[in-house]
Amino acid sequence: MYDFAYHKASSAADAASKAKGKSDAKFMAGGQTLIPTLKQRLAKPSDVIDLGGASDLKGISAAGGAVTIGAMATHAAVAGSADAKKAIPALAALAEGIGDPQVRNRGTIGGSVANNDPAADYPAAVLGLGATVHTDQRQIAADAFFVSVFETALKPGEVITKVSFPVPQKAAYMKFPSPASRYAMIGVFVAKTAQGARVAVTGAGNGVIRMKSMEAALDKNWSPAALDGVKVPAGTCNGDIHGTPEYRAHLITVMAKRAVAAAG
Amino acid sequence: MPQVSLTVNGRPVKVEVEGRTLLVQVLREKLGLTGTHVGCDTSQCGACVVHVDGKSAKACTLLAAQLEGASVTTIEGVAGADGKMHPMQEAFRDNHGLQCGFCTPGMVMSAIDLAKTNPDASEHEIREWLEGNICRCTGYHNIVKSIQAGSAAMRAAK
Amino acid sequence: MGADGIGVAVRRKEDVRFLTGRGTYTDDIARPGQTYAHILRSGQAHARIRSIDVSKAKAAPGVVAVFTGADMAADGVGGLPCGWLVKNKDGSPMKEPAHPPLVVDRVRHVGDQIAVVIAETRAQAKDAAELVEIDFEPLPAVVDSKDALKTGAPQVHGDAAPGNLCYDWELGDKAAVDAAFAKAHKVAKIDLFNNRLIPNAMEPRAATGDFDPASGDYTLYTTSQNPHVIRLLMGAFVLHIPESKLRVYAPDVGGGFGSKIYHYAEEAIVTWAAGKLKRPVRWTADRSESFMSDAHGRDHHSHAELALDKDGKFLALRVDTTANMGAYLSTFASCIPTYLYATLLAGVYTTPAIYVEVKAVFTNTVPVDAYRGAGRPEATFLLERLVDVAAREMGMDRVEIRRRNFIPTNAFPYQTPVALQYDSGDYFSTLEQAQKAADWAGFEARRAEARKRGKLRGIGISTYLEACGIAPSNIAGALGARAGLYEAATVRVHPTGTVTILTGSHSHGQGHETTFAQVVSETLGIGIDQVEIVHGDTNKIPFGMGTYGSRSLAVGGTAIVKALDKVVSKAKKIAAHLLEASVNDIEFKDGKFTVVGTDKSKTFGEIALTAYVPHNYPLEELEPGLEENAFYDPKNFTFPGGCHIAEVEIDPDTGVTKVVKFTAVDDVGRVINPMIVEGQVQGGVAQGIGQALLENCVYDKDGQLITGSYMDYVMPRADDLPSIGVATHTTLCTHNPLGVKGCGEVGAIGSPPAVINAVVDALKDHGVTHMDMPASPQKVWSVINGAHRKAAE
Repeated sequence: MYDFAYHKASSAADAASKAKGKSDAKFMAGGQTLIPTLKQRLAKPSDVIDLGGASDLKGISAAGGAVTIGAMATHAAVAGSADAKKAIPALAALAEGIGDPQVRNRGTIGGSVANNDPAADYPAAVLGLGATVHTDQRQIAADAFFVSVFETALKPGEVITKVSFPVPQKAAYMKFPSPASRYAMIGVFVAKTAQGARVAVTGAGNGVIRMKSMEAALDKNWSPAALDGVKVPAGTCNGDIHGTPEYRAHLITVMAKRAVAAAG
Repeated sequence: MPQVSLTVNGRPVKVEVEGRTLLVQVLREKLGLTGTHVGCDTSQCGACVVHVDGKSAKACTLLAAQLEGASVTTIEGVAGADGKMHPMQEAFRDNHGLQCGFCTPGMVMSAIDLAKTNPDASEHEIREWLEGNICRCTGYHNIVKSIQAGSAAMRAAK
Repeated sequence: MGADGIGVAVRRKEDVRFLTGRGTYTDDIARPGQTYAHILRSGQAHARIRSIDVSKAKAAPGVVAVFTGADMAADGVGGLPCGWLVKNKDGSPMKEPAHPPLVVDRVRHVGDQIAVVIAETRAQAKDAAELVEIDFEPLPAVVDSKDALKTGAPQVHGDAAPGNLCYDWELGDKAAVDAAFAKAHKVAKIDLFNNRLIPNAMEPRAATGDFDPASGDYTLYTTSQNPHVIRLLMGAFVLHIPESKLRVYAPDVGGGFGSKIYHYAEEAIVTWAAGKLKRPVRWTADRSESFMSDAHGRDHHSHAELALDKDGKFLALRVDTTANMGAYLSTFASCIPTYLYATLLAGVYTTPAIYVEVKAVFTNTVPVDAYRGAGRPEATFLLERLVDVAAREMGMDRVEIRRRNFIPTNAFPYQTPVALQYDSGDYFSTLEQAQKAADWAGFEARRAEARKRGKLRGIGISTYLEACGIAPSNIAGALGARAGLYEAATVRVHPTGTVTILTGSHSHGQGHETTFAQVVSETLGIGIDQVEIVHGDTNKIPFGMGTYGSRSLAVGGTAIVKALDKVVSKAKKIAAHLLEASVNDIEFKDGKFTVVGTDKSKTFGEIALTAYVPHNYPLEELEPGLEENAFYDPKNFTFPGGCHIAEVEIDPDTGVTKVVKFTAVDDVGRVINPMIVEGQVQGGVAQGIGQALLENCVYDKDGQLITGSYMDYVMPRADDLPSIGVATHTTLCTHNPLGVKGCGEVGAIGSPPAVINAVVDALKDHGVTHMDMPASPQKVWSVINGAHRKAAE
């Protein structure tokens, strides 16, 4: 790891102000992705600003047809939240399946969403549920938030404060983990909402995406069988030693059908 | 160099660290608590699992500077003050849940957290919980048995 | 059987220190004034080094020194030696290209050592290593052993190994095999690749060199399975330090599985650098370094043919194997695909004629050497797969064809056509016991039930044999071994009757501190808490060969027994003196020396005290003291064997294959501690299931290691594996006093073919006759999907 200056922020505003004027400051939420990245010397920030002390970024609540999760809520907190489990059980279940218990004890929704790892789970929920990402400056709709691999609509110095998820009629997430890393090789989040079906896919390789063809089919007929006729082109996916594009494209269909079945 | 103050195994400590210093480095190199091991550099093997404020965490994936005011428990700190091993440690011994001993401290720390979080976990739940703890010696069979026995002993002791 | 004696599942003595965080592994040892070494490794698979400039690195903060291969060469440091000379078919010696600890002008695999940066902290050493400037001239690389043999392939060692060939070796009677094939009723054939594995002991390798300028003594702390072997090789061949001035200490070692047998470059580098700098030099591998510098395992291409008569009796076996050695010869690399592989190809069968050809080949990959099983898993996988193929060809039941060819239980000792003579075994009993435990008979009902759930279920069997405790030294020497294969032990009885055992065997998870103590307890009638086992420190223990090839109990344990026999013999003489009886009338039982037919007796403790306080003692005839040594060189290998049965379920939608039931019934000879044996077998089976379903070392065509961390290399985790049912059926080894055979490797040897045979069985309706390992989800899905496509066409 290259050395850097460490700062602890007491609030989102404090974090933003501490980042100002630094040549290459990085915000750290739970650190479960950032620290491994730093250990591999894949990043060389001048400053690391720890959000762990920002008490305004915590908390999980359900009200007004939405579940709102503070950016610094850990995966374990979401998985164990009675509010989340009651309102959007698929979201709590997704959190329960992220990484391993130690990652879930430290990793946060804000960190995951801001990092936008193409194999992360949370982006599928954010996009699949049509959530809104709140920052210290504005609100960003999920469809506008995820730009590309490891790239989001966040501007330099902008801090995610919370994510609000509208409560769907039905939803479920199904993941096919990579056999080695256990990250999503393919993860599919399906939701039936008042505005229609949403299907978000993570792990395919180019960042989280919506599968509009599947959404159209599910709008007509919310059932696993409805997806049989939807062809997922192999070009949707990247390949690696654990899965060719063809195999991954196939898994999108399998996981989507299983998710629809699980959602009921 | 910044200083950080924390409690380790019930003892307050104050150490000088760089921004990049990891908790595991503080434990092993500054405090001589070499029971916490490093088995990988990608935060996956779990040989370094300790408890931070009562919850299991990877000491290789925490900056020491983050832990100002935190309470850390390592494998050296789980036995009783009289030296009597924790029921989970006893269960690993009774059930041959270790061979080379290298993954063992992390395994035990993770198992204690599981037993607290889910006191009567099924075999399936135990195996899933151990996603972040890799063992190369045992094939996990006896680790699962150990955790079942250790959890039962912890329930009985309540 | 005493409370702590042979056959009792006593809890392990070593566990308390491991469970309380008080083990002492190499990286736990801090030395005053220590420095930290970082090895700068090649990121290229094959390149010429035009120049190296270390000046900026030397000037970086905290840097103590930077050394390159030129510095070591200038100091006369030798190359890392290979411990086994294999000869070509024509009798000429194999090629042994130089293997310098730090390369001089050429890197030959990703991870090859280029320079060492030594600094006050680990981080400073790493920071400075980035400042070393190297001008590379990239060269084409070759990674697959078959490609390496092709005309025009990149040459890893140029003239030092033309055509990349290390050796072209053969074993068996070719004419007899050809004749048998000529009259065969059927010939079963298979082509397979035995996948390359990365051992991944959980403790990364580490080495600390220390030098005492006052005495001129060197100490190497290292993660080794055999410290004396390291002392011999490094002292005599690499650094030229006399044994009397070199201590090698392997303290607690966190798993080995073969990967910590070898003498590695880093051991020589830190020891040499400590001498140069007069300060301790520590090195500990990052896991990423382990992936590219620990010797890998397996990596065989094979073609095999089995000739059968009309009754399904095996007439002859013909095998052609190409073995990947990697870029250099690791310490025992050359003997793995020859003497530990080809000799095992008779398996448990009466095949009368066998002919094996093996080509060993250099490539631009990490060196390959023994990994749990070492040659025997490769032989077993080939044979047990081929037998299944043969059963299918013949339209015979898989179990029946095995039974028909088993070596009969009354045929021992049994001489195979590939050099080995088996001393004992009972393959029918282990088979029957395993079939019963696995409910083989009830399988079709389970298959039907699984089908209802949409799952493809299969069952597979492997009836295997292996050879442990490679020996004897004189025969091995004639075959090219450059070391002895004995083991040494000292039994030191203390005045109060407690005992210290100094053993050349090394424990890195096997539980010797307990098992060996049980052997002592059984013999001397004292509790295991009265027995201390010391291993790992060349300044304490007698010259021993360490632990590999499941040899510790059969060879090391026997050395202890031999030394104990001497202790008892002397103690009887002391007892005879004290009891005023003839030594022939003294009986030793349950810790008591008794004059036969009387109640006159002395305890073991009393004799021990007398030996050291010899006031009433036959000093004219007997020396005081009670301490004995023994070296034991076995007459033969031991031959564990057994039957493994795997049951798998495949999700046809995803290709995910799970072992849902695993049954192992092994004959490991006499069992000293059943709990430990069970654990050893379970661990071996887990590695075998890992090879069969999960693990695979992958290089791209340019020699980049794709599976360089746990992000890409599939390490078996708890939820990948089933509970593993283990039982034993014992026939005793006939040539060691304990009757033990060894249990460390049986799991990894017997299980892979059982799993793949189950996968093939599950997919038999999809036209599958073979699948190479690992049967990954993608591979299984492709096969099913391909079959679907074919069916639809």
